[in-house]
Amino acid sequence: MLGRSANGIFWMFRYLERAENTARLLEAGLRLALTRGSTRASDEWRSVLVTIGLDADFAARGLEYSGNAVINYVLRDKDNPGSVLHMLENARTNARSVRTAITRDVWEATNEAWMVLKEMLARPVKPNTIGEVLVAVRRQTMLVRGAMEGTMLRNEIFNFARIGTYLERADNTARILDVKYYVLLPSIAWVGSSLDNSQWETVLRSLAGDRAYRWLNAGAMDPRGIAEFLILDGRFPRSLAASYEKLRGNMGYLAREYGHEIPAHVMLRDVGAKLHQTTIEQIFERGLHEFIVDFIACNQQVASAIVHDYRFVA
Amino acid sequence: MNATASASFDEMVEPDGSVRAAYAGYNAWYEEQDKDWLRRQNEEAELFFRRTGITFNVYGDNAGEERLIPFDMIPRIVTAAEWRKLSRGIEQRVRALNAFLHDLYHRQEIVRSGRLPERLLRDNAAFLPEMVGFTPPGGVYTHIVGIDLVRTGPDDFMVLEDNARTPSGVSYMLENRETMMAMFPELFTRVNVRPVQDYPRRLAKSLAACAPPACNGRPVVAVLTPGIYNSAYFEHAFLADQMGAELVEGSDLRVVDGRIAMRTTRGYEPIDVIYRRVDDEYLDPLSFNPASALGVSGIMDVYRAGGVTIANAPGTGIADDKAIYSFMPEIVEFYTGEKPILQNVPTWRCSEAESLKYVLDNLKDVVVKEVHGSGGYGMLIGPTSSRAEIAAFEKKLRAHPENYIAQPTLSLSTVPIFTKAGLAPRHVDLRPFVLVSPDGIDITPGGLTRVALKKGSLVVNSSQGGGTKDSWVLED
Repeated sequence: MLGRSANGIFWMFRYLERAENTARLLEAGLRLALTRGSTRASDEWRSVLVTIGLDADFAARGLEYSGNAVINYVLRDKDNPGSVLHMLENARTNARSVRTAITRDVWEATNEAWMVLKEMLARPVKPNTIGEVLVAVRRQTMLVRGAMEGTMLRNEIFNFARIGTYLERADNTARILDVKYYVLLPSIAWVGSSLDNSQWETVLRSLAGDRAYRWLNAGAMDPRGIAEFLILDGRFPRSLAASYEKLRGNMGYLAREYGHEIPAHVMLRDVGAKLHQTTIEQIFERGLHEFIVDFIACNQQVASAIVHDYRFVA
Repeated sequence: MNATASASFDEMVEPDGSVRAAYAGYNAWYEEQDKDWLRRQNEEAELFFRRTGITFNVYGDNAGEERLIPFDMIPRIVTAAEWRKLSRGIEQRVRALNAFLHDLYHRQEIVRSGRLPERLLRDNAAFLPEMVGFTPPGGVYTHIVGIDLVRTGPDDFMVLEDNARTPSGVSYMLENRETMMAMFPELFTRVNVRPVQDYPRRLAKSLAACAPPACNGRPVVAVLTPGIYNSAYFEHAFLADQMGAELVEGSDLRVVDGRIAMRTTRGYEPIDVIYRRVDDEYLDPLSFNPASALGVSGIMDVYRAGGVTIANAPGTGIADDKAIYSFMPEIVEFYTGEKPILQNVPTWRCSEAESLKYVLDNLKDVVVKEVHGSGGYGMLIGPTSSRAEIAAFEKKLRAHPENYIAQPTLSLSTVPIFTKAGLAPRHVDLRPFVLVSPDGIDITPGGLTRVALKKGSLVVNSSQGGGTKDSWVLED
């Protein structure tokens, strides 16, 4: 396939994944803010912005850290190149440029996602419609993935799309952990306080892992367990381990199909082995924050190696 | 069915209000339908197009915004007998166009014989010296042709224009049919319409049959697009998709070992046939416009050395120039030895003193066209222009009469469109699509019907308020 098409499909799925995760993050933030006083709420909104890397830009605009301001800025601000609306537009533009690489169902789902959300985000989002909008972002992006799952040939195109999805997902999960790692730092004094419990729940919720975690742990919340779940549990689809397991599968396809590996394969194996062989105790011993920072950097190196070695750009 | 009072020939309704034979089957179905339901279907059609992304970009108008070409759900219907005659005429014309192009770039017998003035080539940017003495693979110049036809009476189809460069609109032909079949499946069990859906497959086959000498194995076909901001990008993507061909941009291509190769995730791979939707001027910065980023440096050298087939061949534009158009009757006769089956619209060449005088005396009644223009912009439609507009145009015409031709304002046939108030006649034209390969000439039964949606308007261009209709050729 064309290098340009591989690049297009890769970014199309990165943007869709990012939009979905951003919507989850806002949902979790919204929930926490509703149960907090305004100071704690603005801290929470600030951490949402830090997670998606928009805090500096937001601060530079002199906007206040209120739910309404942050939500509208993140979802639809025209001057914010990292808004969810822009992500969807970028996803669609990439889909248009690789129109011949995707099925009609995938294209129509992408186009419809953009049309629906463009319409919903044409006017400022009000507190009573925010829930509806965030659900729509999640649902529309999932529809694209579903169309992909149900209609696409399992060839290199499909695998490049998935590679984009999982690289982005691993990055997003790691970023959420990075911003909230202090919440998870085990401290005897914190354990059991209701504040911490709901903070932990926010971390899980923003990764759609709250229900799964409760089910696995009979409702008990424990920071070490949460970190282990989000980093090392291969059964949870948004964990770092699961994302890398999938990445290895998709990259493995390319190696078999093309008859050779690229440096990214080696890097992937290294990271994978690390996730496989490490225990959560070792991670905490070394430092959760250090571990995550290191992971994000590796993830970016893998992405760059893929872009380069599969000739995404001339 | 309401009788429609109109001076023009209506293809559906006779002057006495009865329905013509071509539309009998359709009309019987239409009469049975609940009109409110039809109205709702009509509204849904737009949503369908938006969802599938069939849009075109309008230059300079909300840059980057995509617009729909309005679709009207009343089909345009041609009988089997009418189509037989039309396709004979189209085939003859397309054969003549290819022979003409070959001659122009070789011995120029038609000029030597005195039937075509040499100045038409000399002063014409569409004539490419780079093509002189070169014969494209398979001897085919115009792989894809769109012949614009207008109708003025029961048996009076005339050629308004030959599109020999890169005719667009075929995706609308296909999607209009898809839409109609999705909206009214039962209608197609009542009326037998010849299918158009295998056009992409035929196109792929036709292009593959023109593979260059350097090709070994199954020919690799690619569609070359200027990119997603081009007004016809949807069509480029659509055709590549339907053909199973790569959709490439200039930045994906370069010359590797005497071939045109595309950058793939595995390295550079050669392409055999390029269906280019990029104008001649932008094709090769080394040969033509040096500032072009849309083409491939060196493609003309590769082409001349037999390393790639370019469809349509560079330099075919000379054949659809409006100045050449007026000579088409002579051209057809010169190369086929037959009388033209399809007539031209009567045309005055303003380069000729007598014609110029007539045109100047009758500006308010004629249509004047610029010989190198396209898209209906550089023209004057006398009857609908103000006195000031006519005066302004007259100045341009007097200054450079050789740049213009003129035609009578034709009373184009009408076909009803669906409006809130019921059916209403609107003027139409028809662009059938023709494929040419060494295996022969292949005409898809139907084509693109463009319709002027404004009452009384004769301008069918999508850039100026035109819409489209599904075009049916009935089975025998």
